[in-house]
Amino acid sequence: MIVGQQKPLAEIWEMVRKHRKVLVLGCNSCVAVCHQGGTKQAEVLTSLLRMQATQEEAEIELVDGGIERQCEHEFFESARDAISRTDAVLSLACGVGVQFMAEKFHATPLYPALNTTFLGAVERPGFFTEKCQACGNCVLATTGGICPVSRCAKRLLNGPCGGVNKGKCEINKELDCAWCLIVNRLEALGKLDDYEDLFPLKDWSKDRAGGPRNFKVEGYLP
Amino acid sequence: MSVKTESKLERILAAGHLAITSECGPPRGSDPEVIIKKGELLKDHVDAVNVTDNQTSVTRLSSLAACIHLKLTGVDPVLQMVTRDRNRIALQSDILGAASFDINNILCLSGDHQIFGDCKEGQNVFDLDSMQLLQTVRHMRDDGKFLNGDDINRPPRMFAGAAANPFAEPYKIRVPRLAKKIAAGAEFIQTQCIYNLDRFEEWMNGVCDRGLHEKVYILAGITPMKSLGMARYMKKNVPGMDVPDQIIDRLAGVPKEKQAEEGITICLETIERLKEVKGVSGFHIMAIEWEEKVPEIVERAGLFPRPKVSDE
Ligand code: SF4
Ligand code: SF4
Repeated sequence: MIVGQQKPLAEIWEMVRKHRKVLVLGCNSCVAVCHQGGTKQAEVLTSLLRMQATQEEAEIELVDGGIERQCEHEFFESARDAISRTDAVLSLACGVGVQFMAEKFHATPLYPALNTTFLGAVERPGFFTEKCQACGNCVLATTGGICPVSRCAKRLLNGPCGGVNKGKCEINKELDCAWCLIVNRLEALGKLDDYEDLFPLKDWSKDRAGGPRNFKVEGYLP
Repeated sequence: MSVKTESKLERILAAGHLAITSECGPPRGSDPEVIIKKGELLKDHVDAVNVTDNQTSVTRLSSLAACIHLKLTGVDPVLQMVTRDRNRIALQSDILGAASFDINNILCLSGDHQIFGDCKEGQNVFDLDSMQLLQTVRHMRDDGKFLNGDDINRPPRMFAGAAANPFAEPYKIRVPRLAKKIAAGAEFIQTQCIYNLDRFEEWMNGVCDRGLHEKVYILAGITPMKSLGMARYMKKNVPGMDVPDQIIDRLAGVPKEKQAEEGITICLETIERLKEVKGVSGFHIMAIEWEEKVPEIVERAGLFPRPKVSDE
């Protein structure tokens, strides 16, 4: 899932305060799972912004709402009316949702309420960790199912580096060294000898390095 | 191991001598005098001098430029190159730049994370890692080709080195990791500073059991402790450093003004013991902010004068 984190209220307020009417729109998929961007959070954020507006005696009408996903056309049907009747939208979706909406509603100002942070998992309730950077050329088959691209601070394909400290990464004592995890998992799989296989230079052209990516599934194209 | 480059370091090692290398960190400014002075100071007592590449991610004068200054003073420099700041275009390009000045040694590293340095908010690159940089250097040299397969006119002829840390967990991959670096193309190794001799010897046993000492020259990393404070700091704060309590206790056992001398004594004892360890081909003496002590250490360790090798 995509993990996001709400921006500080002051920053959000700065973005929307000049508008007369703002729709605060939640997205009920990924960012709702991490308790930052769903309809519920949109409601809470709206109350906070109303309090801020009262304090600053700003004339601004704030309306809250939410849709299932802000990254697919079909889910916008229920919000189309509300969007057409507002001066601006404050979106609690990830960066994908915000942009998708911007393309659909060309003349409506849109603001991101979230910082989109990473692709991650629900490690335990309330704790989310990065697991993938969508490098476009997955290496998990040779790294014991642990991703060095997203989980090693230097994305080393032949780690660990010399800075590893008691199983933790040199940049942070709380962070597991991905390469220690890889080595331990290879051992558990009875494949520790594979550690000596050199990982050749990676083709990063499938990563962001190669420019914006898209993907066509023949047969589903209109 | 046959000689493949013009490197003085390689020729000394190939002749079977214990080699000595040292280290020089470029200044935080553009005055070359500091480097030239360090070069003059070390020149007669060591066989080659490493130049660090924005070590601990603190921006400094470029490693390549400093190597050129050293080369002009008559030192055989070891160009340290980290993959943190340059992609494969820049790495290949700098390798050629260095080769154009006949810089004959390169140490391939991944580099400390930028969070430790003066540009914490900067991007990092890590297009390659240290092993892949070794592969690149060897490919450019041995095959005379760029990574894309195009021919290089006058390929770089560099003696390729890498670092090794025998002390970091997971221990089970410490010997395999060396084997992997050798497979990637490492011809010499400079180790992390050695204070835990027992553990180092254990690692060397594993290295020799696999015959790896016959495939690579291992230079043991030596750093004299200047004070008790430094020893404590290294134990606590430097990632991947193994400083046993024994060392701390010895330094704590002498008055403050005698600690530096005690540090040198420990370092000389370490060299004496390591001279006898099978597979140790020399010493990499890194006297941090204390370069003036290197000649004294080399002399007192009985490693002076340095052997002469013919230039051919
Ligand atoms: S290797 Fe690439 S695709 Fe696979 S998990 Fe890591 S970042 Fe994602
Ligand atoms: S300590 Fe481990 S995770 Fe951190 S940069 Fe080094 S190899 Fe990567």
